[in-house]
Amino acid sequence: MTAVLSRPPSDRRAGSARLGALLVAPTVLVLAVVVAYPTVQAVWQSLYGARGIDPESGFVDDTEPFVGLDNYAVLFTSAGDRFWNALANTVFLTGTSVALEIVLGVGMALIMHQALRGRGLVRAGILIPWAIPTAIVALLWRWIFNADGLANAILPGQVLWTSEGLHAKLAVVFADVWKTAPFVGLLVLAGLQVIPKEVDEAARVDGAGSWRRLRSITLPLVKPALLVAVLFRVLDALRMFDMPYVLIGARKESVETLSMLAHDEASNVRFGPGAAYAVILFVFVFLVAFAFVKLLGADVVGDAGKGVRSRKTRRAKVIA
Amino acid sequence: MIGVTVVIVFCLAPFYWMVVSSFRRTSDIFDKSALPSPWSLENYTAVFDPDQGFLRSMANSLVVAGTTTALALVIATLTAYAMARLDFPFKRLVLTGIIATSMFPVVSIVVPLLKLFTDWDWINTYQAMVAPSLSFALPLAVWILTAFFRQIPIELEQAAMIDGCTQGQAFRRIVLPLAAPGVFTTAIITFVAAWNEFLIALSMTNDAAMQTAPVAISKFTGASQFETPFGSQMAAGVLVTIPLVVLVVVFQRRIVDGLTAGAVK
Amino acid sequence: MHTTRARIAAGALTAAVVVGLTSCASAGGGAPARGGGFEGRGPINYVAGKDVSGTFRGVVDQWNREHPDEKVTFVELPEQSDQQRQQHIQNAQTRSDANAVIALDVVWTAEFAANRWIEPLPEEQFPLDQTLPPVVEGAKYRGVLYAAPAWADGGLLFYRTDLLAEAGIDKPPTTWARLRSQCGQVLALPNAAGMSCYAGQFEKYEGLTVNFAEAVQSAGGAIVDENGKPTVDTPQAKRGLDFLVDGFKSGLIPRPAITFQEEQGRQAFQKGQLVFHRQWPYQHALASKTDGSSAVAGKFDVAPLPGADGPGSSSLGGWNLAVSSFAKNKATALDFVKYMTSAQRQRQNLEAASLAPTYTSLYDDPELVRAFPYLPTLKASIMTAQPRPRVVRYGDAAGAIQDEAYAALTGVKSSEAALADLQGRLDKITGGR
Repeated sequence: MTAVLSRPPSDRRAGSARLGALLVAPTVLVLAVVVAYPTVQAVWQSLYGARGIDPESGFVDDTEPFVGLDNYAVLFTSAGDRFWNALANTVFLTGTSVALEIVLGVGMALIMHQALRGRGLVRAGILIPWAIPTAIVALLWRWIFNADGLANAILPGQVLWTSEGLHAKLAVVFADVWKTAPFVGLLVLAGLQVIPKEVDEAARVDGAGSWRRLRSITLPLVKPALLVAVLFRVLDALRMFDMPYVLIGARKESVETLSMLAHDEASNVRFGPGAAYAVILFVFVFLVAFAFVKLLGADVVGDAGKGVRSRKTRRAKVIA
Repeated sequence: MIGVTVVIVFCLAPFYWMVVSSFRRTSDIFDKSALPSPWSLENYTAVFDPDQGFLRSMANSLVVAGTTTALALVIATLTAYAMARLDFPFKRLVLTGIIATSMFPVVSIVVPLLKLFTDWDWINTYQAMVAPSLSFALPLAVWILTAFFRQIPIELEQAAMIDGCTQGQAFRRIVLPLAAPGVFTTAIITFVAAWNEFLIALSMTNDAAMQTAPVAISKFTGASQFETPFGSQMAAGVLVTIPLVVLVVVFQRRIVDGLTAGAVK
Repeated sequence: MHTTRARIAAGALTAAVVVGLTSCASAGGGAPARGGGFEGRGPINYVAGKDVSGTFRGVVDQWNREHPDEKVTFVELPEQSDQQRQQHIQNAQTRSDANAVIALDVVWTAEFAANRWIEPLPEEQFPLDQTLPPVVEGAKYRGVLYAAPAWADGGLLFYRTDLLAEAGIDKPPTTWARLRSQCGQVLALPNAAGMSCYAGQFEKYEGLTVNFAEAVQSAGGAIVDENGKPTVDTPQAKRGLDFLVDGFKSGLIPRPAITFQEEQGRQAFQKGQLVFHRQWPYQHALASKTDGSSAVAGKFDVAPLPGADGPGSSSLGGWNLAVSSFAKNKATALDFVKYMTSAQRQRQNLEAASLAPTYTSLYDDPELVRAFPYLPTLKASIMTAQPRPRVVRYGDAAGAIQDEAYAALTGVKSSEAALADLQGRLDKITGGR
């Protein structure tokens, strides 16, 4: 970097741009081929309707009719009710799950960070829920939330968890939090581990209480890791599919998400409307992510943490 | 200590239920006793039945997830370094573009992808599973690593370069070791995601010799049509989770220590 | 207008005019070129759900020894049938020639045939006269055979012989009224404390479609008439749905049954919580187990489903084999379909996995009846069975049925309102363009 830094500014910028392009290229290439290309195809597909059936021959038409934006426009008629319900479910499930996951995940990370002995084992332990394949986790929870299952044996009364109602939502949230809070916990733990011990100790010497240290030292320092964790959890949760699908079931009004709707359309050979739902979901997720980065996460991409840096410089000197 | 216990119980109680269920006989699968009675290896025998090809599928999963993780780490590290340390035009746009690719529901890109890979003659190959898993993993990996690289003070690298390191050496000897917890976590996350990927792995293979573990599990059946293979699914769930846990326990020390040791030198 | 359209369609068929193969619009997979008949021999793939009987593999090996130049590879699909269907549809989208012989749930026949994803089969080459007639009907679309029946399924009424005898009842019920009154007698017994009367599959999934269709048919109604027109806004359909709705209201059907799929119901029956249970034959062997897992071993028997005024009518279940339109080596595929659906194969399937045969003769085989005592009852059940609504957009129709029936069963809608709404939705779904 000194080499770059010592050159005249305009030259440095060009060199940096060339190196930057070179380093970024592989990622962009992979993503363009595997994701961007199919995505563009899906957007194109969303302009086509479902095939009709020829009443004389009984055969389905050879081609799909071009319908322009009809697949989108239909959402604003009464036929769009299912879509708006799915959107509301998606937002509800994402909001509650992610909020709980942040609280639990940060708690887990702090606890793990303080565990002196067996940290590796503890870490492996909390990793387990998240390491089990989602489809299997959902089956396990379906079994537990059975009418005659473990949940009803432990809890008072008999709740029919998989039938329609608020309890179905709660079951999904609970299972999802159980599975993914460790994800947040792991990332935050990693964030905690890169904080130099000296920082915390300095604050302790200055007489700061543990709550104060957590709020004004620890949390700001893990903020970048936490924000990335939350951002990707939100993106993932907005596309939630397996958990409600396997645990509660398809076509349940209480838990049907946008991904489930897109899947249902596509599996009934209506690729156009299915793609339209996927595109809307994409735009929605994009807006959420954009707002998120704008409101909270400027320092995820920008040049924040200057204060952190100067504090860390102290450690740099220690190591040097 | 109480905190640790609570967290561990919360995380492991349902897993305990999974293990217990996997040791019940098929006919006792509805039981709710805390321990199986009698204990039975029936489900494990079923899983390891040579016809299921389960071991082979675990090996395939290992290849796919291992390759994905290695590639994702290398590629994402390069990109994240550029994001964290270099100044170049459209940086924000690129970073946004990268994250945007993880916003499209997977169910909607399967069919176009299947067509593409069919044209390339990639059906029943590892790359047909690695490439999608890689692309699902990259956005998260780039973002995590960027966040972690940013946390490492730039002065450290500058100091190293004054001592005669090249830019690359400074990065490898100073930044990477300090960001090791982040790198390691990225590796776990990538590996787990690739290990558990189902829809793509299912759609891109029709040769049993190429299927991954989640695909093999989805093919378990009961002894008759409607009977749920719950016991063997749980047994398989336990079996696919074990390698991940072992991997974490064995390698975390080595990776973290190894990298840090290099730095202190 | 219609004639023109029909002529165009016919032209597209016979002259193999393939339109828009490469355009994006055909991303949904259109009609393949028809080469006329089954030509080409060589290796093929046989694609089906996992081999529950454990015999398919051996059969395929045997075929391969006999036909070294026409090797068959058995490709297994996931256990969940909706995942199987999705894989088949994906293959049709990509017009992949990877699959030659595919196993289809009977309810998919119309959809796959209308989309021309499967070939019409030469009827004269299959022993249809020896096959149970409802099963043959279920393998046809618009009168043309598209698939060869591999195994069948029908609903049975499982009932507790011990309790009925104790209550002094000598015959299982043939009508719903009898079922109710018998329940009254049985549940009054001290031995029946805490039990419930009746359950079927009422969770919101395909099982509900089955149970709704059976209730409607057993009351003399039909979901679609012989011309494919929906007829659920009728007094008969209401009477059928009300049997279930009133069952839930009166407690005849236990409250948790709204979450029952096959396995939850089996669990309840095996624990001795149900007097009567509508179930598939697979339960017979499992509930007869004497390893302590079933509390009702030796205490139950099966009867045909009861109806409103007399014996009821079952939904037809089962699987068929079809030849993919996109396949190469269709001559081999056709031969293999015949091989796999022969009476001998079906006997093996029955013996190994309790898969019910489609040949009439196997139901009358004394040896098999000794091993599977429910066979005569099952035959009676299948003979009165109706295929579930044979509509091209079956997934949508079944979805609409599940939505409305579930709303009625949970009391969200009255049965009149649910059926009126269902009529409207099915009219749209079957309305063609």
